[in-house]
Amino acid sequence: MSEILGWLAQPFGYAFMVRGLWASMIVGIVCPILGTYVVLRGMAFLGDALAHIILPGVVIAFLLGWPLAAGALIIGVLAALAIGAISKRAEIKEDAAIGIVFAGAFALGVALISLQRSYAIDLAHILFGDLLGVSISDLWLMAGLGALVLLTIFAFYKEFLVLSFDPILATTLRLPVTFLQNLLLVLLAVVIVISIQAVGVALVLAMLVTPASAAYLLTRRLPYMMLSAAGIGAFSSLIGLYLSYYANVASGPAIVLAETAIFLLVFLIAPGRGVMWSRLRKRREDTMVS
Amino acid sequence: MERPRGTMYTHSPRVVESTNSMAQLLSRPPRHDTLAPPIELEGVTLRFNQGFALKDIAFSLPAGQLVAVVGPNGAGKTTLFRIIAGTLRPDSGSVHVYGHGPGGHVCIAYVPQRSQVDWSFPVTVTEVVMMGRIRKLGFFRWPSRRDWAFVRQALDRVGMLDLGDRQIGELSGGQQQRVFLAQALAQEAEVVLLDEPLTGLDLPSQEAIFTTLNDLKEDGVTIMVATHDLNLAADRFDLVMLLNRRLIAFGTPDEVYTRSHLFEAYGGSVHVISGEDGAVVLADTCCEGEEEHQRHE
Repeated sequence: MSEILGWLAQPFGYAFMVRGLWASMIVGIVCPILGTYVVLRGMAFLGDALAHIILPGVVIAFLLGWPLAAGALIIGVLAALAIGAISKRAEIKEDAAIGIVFAGAFALGVALISLQRSYAIDLAHILFGDLLGVSISDLWLMAGLGALVLLTIFAFYKEFLVLSFDPILATTLRLPVTFLQNLLLVLLAVVIVISIQAVGVALVLAMLVTPASAAYLLTRRLPYMMLSAAGIGAFSSLIGLYLSYYANVASGPAIVLAETAIFLLVFLIAPGRGVMWSRLRKRREDTMVS
Repeated sequence: MERPRGTMYTHSPRVVESTNSMAQLLSRPPRHDTLAPPIELEGVTLRFNQGFALKDIAFSLPAGQLVAVVGPNGAGKTTLFRIIAGTLRPDSGSVHVYGHGPGGHVCIAYVPQRSQVDWSFPVTVTEVVMMGRIRKLGFFRWPSRRDWAFVRQALDRVGMLDLGDRQIGELSGGQQQRVFLAQALAQEAEVVLLDEPLTGLDLPSQEAIFTTLNDLKEDGVTIMVATHDLNLAADRFDLVMLLNRRLIAFGTPDEVYTRSHLFEAYGGSVHVISGEDGAVVLADTCCEGEEEHQRHE
């Protein structure tokens, strides 16, 4: 028994592992909660695009010596507005507009990094995260921004609910629809910024979409969906850290793999909506017919 | 102009009008001019590609009427409702609801076609009904005991009190339609626009909806219902509006259902048999729900 406890406790004898744990918990809880709206509103592609768009912001901020989060936020908000502006010119469909901005910005980011070979900026860390390199000040920033995101979601809970369920209803109720949509985009940009350290821009989509989708299959009410998504996210973060420590897997991908495994499990066995459940029901119906 | 549900995130600039500025966000809806008609349209025109989705629509409705809006597929019924509700802006013409433009009103309930609703969305019946009250609640405030009582009362009026905790996908078609009627009640709507609420419902479910509609009418609520069923429109409604991009006729069923009006709206696709006391309409060749906005995109 104490052996198991020792095995579980051992990684957290190191300060960098404890910091990594805190960081992954923040990301593992905040991302999936915002992710429920991403899943329900069908914003997955936009979320992924925004994550990639943020790359040049991070690089430019680094080159200018600004805080990385500031550069990322500015670029994220600008990109969201640019996408809106391009798709308003009805000649270009919105997903194509997102694609143009997304790929262009990402290319710019990679190009900037390739020019700066001599500088100590590591593309791999931005793309896939560097959980074990999180500093105390990073941690405070993540906690502060994370709390801000959760508070905003709480404050606008009922408005976001209506907007996600039925945008037309939101309009006939005279809710400030554009304001709420932009607020959701800004929250998305903030969450991506705090996730860069943990899982990187290439994998942050998984943090947003995978636990929330598993939770969608398990629950029938939004508050429960949010809570279970956060639970799945936090649990996956823990599993990912152990995987990282004992199996020597990079921590960001390890967390995402844990989330994916949980999703697949839920997808197979979720009561009511899972694959096996519908098989079973179908068989029962078949036997009843025959 | 498809609803953005389940599709990409949509900014749809033409759909979301007038409610966006912070000033509007903080302002109160205008007070009703109770002497003005509940709905009044003048010269409303909406262009669409090279042609017209709606052309020069003008009418005025007295309060407390039950109005059927009929016409073939693509006649512009949904578009008309969306313009009255203020979610689409016409290219020209004016819309007045109780004397004011529709943009500021919180008293207009638009109930979409059932096919346009995401029934797997994780909300309960009670929560959907409560949505009708959130603008009244205002920002940063949670529903009070009074609001919940109001919602329960609305559910009771449509006979759905014991189904309040169900997820909305676990309901029959008629029950789903009644959830949205309860939402309109919770919203304290004075103008209710229902898009094809009767399509695909069996007779008892249709009766349940008419019971609620007549109940609302007694309270002075003005109700417009889009339907494909010309006979039902004649039997159960005070007034019928025959629409095919233009307003072809508007009045009592007898006035509207003449051979020439129907021919103008449907061409040869409606069979009319003249009986002893006026026209008897046999059938609109039309089909299930999907309205014109599919082609609007």
